[in-house]
Amino acid sequence: MNFDAGWFENRFSEIRPKAVAALTRQFRDLDLAEEAFATGCLKAIRHWRENGLPDDPLAWLLTVSRNTGRDILRKESRLPPDEETGILSNPEEDYITRLDQDGLRDDVLRLLFICCHPSLSTQDQSALALRIVTGMTVGEIAAAFLVKPKTMEQRLTRAKKTVAQADIPFETPDMMERNRRLNSVMLMLYLLFNEGWSAHSGGDFVKLRVCEEAIRLARLLLGLFPGSSELMGLLSLFLFQHSRRHSRLDDLGSLIPLDDQDRTGWDRSMILEASALLEKALRHAAPGTYQIQAAIAAVHAQASHSDATDWQELERLYAALYRLEPTPVVKLNQATVIGKTRGPKAALDALKSLEESLKDYRWYHAACAAFYMELADFARARSAYLTVLDLFPTDQEEQFILKKIADCEKNL
Amino acid sequence: MQYSILIYGADGAFDSLSQEQQDEIMKGHHELQAALRKKGDFATAKLMPTSNAVTLKPPAEQGQKPLVVDGPFAETKERFLGVYIADFETLDEAIELASHISSPIVSLEIRPVSWAGGLLGSEA
Repeated sequence: MNFDAGWFENRFSEIRPKAVAALTRQFRDLDLAEEAFATGCLKAIRHWRENGLPDDPLAWLLTVSRNTGRDILRKESRLPPDEETGILSNPEEDYITRLDQDGLRDDVLRLLFICCHPSLSTQDQSALALRIVTGMTVGEIAAAFLVKPKTMEQRLTRAKKTVAQADIPFETPDMMERNRRLNSVMLMLYLLFNEGWSAHSGGDFVKLRVCEEAIRLARLLLGLFPGSSELMGLLSLFLFQHSRRHSRLDDLGSLIPLDDQDRTGWDRSMILEASALLEKALRHAAPGTYQIQAAIAAVHAQASHSDATDWQELERLYAALYRLEPTPVVKLNQATVIGKTRGPKAALDALKSLEESLKDYRWYHAACAAFYMELADFARARSAYLTVLDLFPTDQEEQFILKKIADCEKNL
Repeated sequence: MQYSILIYGADGAFDSLSQEQQDEIMKGHHELQAALRKKGDFATAKLMPTSNAVTLKPPAEQGQKPLVVDGPFAETKERFLGVYIADFETLDEAIELASHISSPIVSLEIRPVSWAGGLLGSEA
């Protein structure tokens, strides 16, 4: 096998988050960090092809990129001229002693935290993290978010300007601050994964890329914070979800409900890894929302078919999740499970309390309608489905609802 | 003599390769496995990423349980990713067959086995 550029790209994307994070601390300038790293990679391709892969590619690339960044600053007269900085005979040696794991851990966390700037929309946070940290191209990100590349370019430029003014301290954070950052970053990754996971038409391949990048970042973080049980839960959740990637969409690209998916198409080795991670997380006896959501996904993964699902366990897990995250949407999911454990009447009772808070949420009305159908209350079911139609369903959903309304009317 | 072929590399490096690259590497593994199968019994395992690992540290005092720490034993650049164990006529033969799975993302170590036991298979 020869060292063509394809293999290097793989190495570069592995190294990129750490390298750009360290360069950002050094230069305190995202654009310069990115540019320096990109140039460093070009130099690496030339050098590695001739001399083979260095023992520590990260250290090599960091040293070379850092020198490149300084050269750029010097050219722009932002730095006084000093000694010549080309490629040293062995850049690793220059850096290796100073590359400490703890510093790198905070650098990566800081870089991701910078992308979570609260005045950015969640989608812009995701886009920024994909661009800067994982190095996805603007075109790919635009395709994933179904916007024009030009629009995405402008949004990214604006987002970078916003975070440049954020003034996030570059000193080593204390434990409280580190935890706070880790929590924000985990939420950002969670939303990033959901972005890739959400129903869509077209752009299938690139959407999967978004999920894969979220998984890669979660893995990277877990490598840096190996004791965080919520991080284990988050990665486990991603892997459980992603294991269904080949079974969750039909040929037209619309979602197949969990109950109807071909479970033989689920990725068993990914489920195995997700289970191992969850088991490890639960040893810490420090429950959190990601661990509980992973546990919910695990219950589904363990069932060979929908009827074999342990709905009692799911009801317990949703109750636990609701205690930690008392939102109407969690309650809605809980009610759906109650429909399985205690029947449609009990489920509708549970849904009653959500009438006001979820009155504009079409899934709420769709759930009510389905339970009225089960109770053969076709008049109420029909009116709930009609409400769904007013709440901007997708084309596919609309087809489905219209069929249901026809069913109701047949029975009225 | 039994030899082990120990595979080292970065965690998750294989998964981030393109499909063609993954296929190319897997082709090498299938070639090696076919060659080993012809020779007799062999054992092989692919390990999950080290983020799934826990490390047991010896207890501070006698009678105590070992300390369980999340993560791998050591912070090294290269991780232990997987292993083959089989009988080879010579070191040269082991090297020759191991070359099937040599790729830019891994280093291979060939180390003689002093003792081996057990028999285990699992399908993922």
